[in-house]
Amino acid sequence: MVAGTRRIVRSDGAGDRAFDVLNTLLLVTIGLAIVIPVLNVVASSFSSSDHILAGDVTVYPRGFTLLSYERIFRYKLVLSGFLNSLFYVTAGTSLNLVLTVFLAYPLSRKDLRGLAVIGIFVLIPMFFRGGIVPTFLVVNSLGLVNSRWAVILPAGLSIWNTIVARTYFANLPQELTEASEIDGCSDLRFLAQVVLPLSRPILAVLVLWYAIDHWNTYFNALLYLFDESKFPLQLVLARILIINESIIAQAMAGGDIDIRTLMESTEILQTLKFALIVVASVPMMILYPFIQKHFAKGVMIGSIKG
Amino acid sequence: MTLSERRPALGRPRIDKRPFSTVFRKHWQLYLLMAIPIAWMLIFLYAPMYGVVIAFKNFSVLKGIHGSPWVGFREFERLLGSFQFWNIVRNTVVIAFVRIGFAFPAAIVLALALNEMRWMKLRRAVQTIAFAPHFISTVVMAGMILTFLDPRFGFIGFFFDLLGMETVSLIADPSYFAIIYALSEVWQHMGFAAVIYIAALSAVDVELYDAARIDGASKLQKIRNVDIPGIRATIVILLILEIGSAMTLGFEKVYLLQNPLNLASSEIIATYVYKIGVLNTNYSLGAAVDLFNGVINLALIVSANLLSRRLSEISLW
Repeated sequence: MVAGTRRIVRSDGAGDRAFDVLNTLLLVTIGLAIVIPVLNVVASSFSSSDHILAGDVTVYPRGFTLLSYERIFRYKLVLSGFLNSLFYVTAGTSLNLVLTVFLAYPLSRKDLRGLAVIGIFVLIPMFFRGGIVPTFLVVNSLGLVNSRWAVILPAGLSIWNTIVARTYFANLPQELTEASEIDGCSDLRFLAQVVLPLSRPILAVLVLWYAIDHWNTYFNALLYLFDESKFPLQLVLARILIINESIIAQAMAGGDIDIRTLMESTEILQTLKFALIVVASVPMMILYPFIQKHFAKGVMIGSIKG
Repeated sequence: MTLSERRPALGRPRIDKRPFSTVFRKHWQLYLLMAIPIAWMLIFLYAPMYGVVIAFKNFSVLKGIHGSPWVGFREFERLLGSFQFWNIVRNTVVIAFVRIGFAFPAAIVLALALNEMRWMKLRRAVQTIAFAPHFISTVVMAGMILTFLDPRFGFIGFFFDLLGMETVSLIADPSYFAIIYALSEVWQHMGFAAVIYIAALSAVDVELYDAARIDGASKLQKIRNVDIPGIRATIVILLILEIGSAMTLGFEKVYLLQNPLNLASSEIIATYVYKIGVLNTNYSLGAAVDLFNGVINLALIVSANLLSRRLSEISLW
C-alpha cells in the first residue's frame, strides 16, 4: 500500500499538471464558444437598431430598448404562429404518447405470442422508408393537405422512442403482472392503474422528447400547409429569417433588385431577427431544468439496455 | 409454479408451448391496443414504402398508383445520366461525412475532457452549457448561423478585423458550406452526444484505474489504455448508427442555409426531392431519388455493421 501511495505521487508529475492546465483551458474555451454567441443574440435583441447595424453589440445590450419585441408582436403571424405551435405540441404529443404506449407496452409483455413478427414489422422502417414523395402522396390521398392534421398525424410515432419505452416497461417487476392475473385484473386495467403510475419517469421523458420535436420542427408544416394562419412559429420564423437572406445574397451577386430599398427593408428585419430567435426559444429555456433532469436519463435507458 | 416460470430451465422461454389462440383469447385487449399503432404504421410508414413503385411508373395523381403506366427504369436512367444528380449525391455525401468527421470525435474528446476534470464546478458548468444548444430549433440555429456570418453586421466581423482582413460572406461561398454545416453541428450537439460517452466512462471498471495508477500511468496513458478501450463498444455502435443515418442528412437545416450562391455545394438529395418531387409535382422522379437514397442508406448501415463485426466483433445485430 505504501509503495502504491508513493507511486500515486510520482504519477502526478509535470506531464499530468500540463495536461490539467490544457484540459481546463479546453473546457473553458468550449464553454465560452457556446455561451458567447447566445449572449450576443440575447444582447442584440435588447439593443437599438443603430448599434446592431453598426455591428458593435457584443455580449451586453447597447442602447437598451424593447422596440424589437414590440415590433414582432405587432406582426400578426408571430402571435398566431406561437398559438399554433402550442396546439401542435399539445395535440401532437398526446397522440404520440397514446400510440407509443399502445405499441410499447404489449411488446414488453413476455407472455404474449407473435411478438417476434410484430417486432420485425416495427423495426423495418428504421432501416428503410418510402421517402418524402410517397409519404406526401399518402397524406395527399387522405385529403389532409392544408389541414392541421397533416402536421400531427404523419409524426404520430417515433420507433426509437417506442423501443426505449418498451425497454422500460420490460424492466418493471414481473411479479406484478402475475399477481394481477391471479387477482383477475384485466390487461387494460392493469396498464392504466398499475403500469402507467409506475412509469412516470419514462412518460416524462417521452413527453419531453416528443414535445421538443413538435416545437422545433417545421418540415411537415412546410410540406403540407399553405394557409399562413395555420403555420407553426418555426415556419413563420423560417420565412422571415431565410427568404430575406437569399434575396440579399442574390442582390449582392448583382441581381436585378433595387439594392437601396432592399437594404432598408432588410435592415429592419435584421434587427428583428434577434428578438424572433429569443421568442422562439423561450419555451425551451423555461423547460431546460426539466429537460436536464429527465432527458439524459432517457438517453441512458435507450442506449444501455435497448 | 411461479418459481419455475421465473427461472426457466435451460434458458428456454416459457411462452412457447401455448398455442397462439389461447394467448390471444386471454390477452385480446393487448392485441387490440397494438392494432392502433400498427394501423398507423401501415398508413404512414408502410403505404409510402409501397408508394415507391411510382418510381417505376409514369405517375399522375388522376390515374392513381394502380392506373399509372409502368415505365420501368426510365426515371433512373434519366437520373443516372444527369450531371446535376451526381453533383447532388456528391454534396450529400460530402456534407454528411464532413459532419461525422468533426462531430463524432468532438463528442468523444469533450466526454474524455469532462471525465478528467476534477474541478467539479467547472465540469458541471461546462456540461450544463454544452448540453443546452441541442434543444435550440433548427430554424433558430440557422438564423443564428446566418446572422453570425452576415458580412455587414455579423459577429464574424470581429474575427476578420482581428486578422486584419476584409469581411467576406462565407455563406455565399460554396466552398465553405460543408465546413459551416459541420462546425455548427459540433457547436449544437457536442454536449448532448457526449452524455452517452460520459455514462459509458462512468461504467468503466474502477479496478482498471487503480491498476493504471499503481503502474504509474500518466493521464494521457490512462485515457489511451483504459478510457478509450472501456468505451470502445459505445463508440463503435454510435459510429454505425451515424453512418447508417448519414444519407438521411437533415433537410431542415440545409434547406434554410441554402441560397442561390451556395447551391452548387448545398443542394442535397432531400432538398432536391422536395423541390423536384413536391414543388414541381414531378412525383415519379422524386420517388426515384427517394428510392435511390433509401437503398444507399440501407447499404451503408448494413455494410457498416458488417465491417464492425469483422473488425471488432461489435455489431447492432
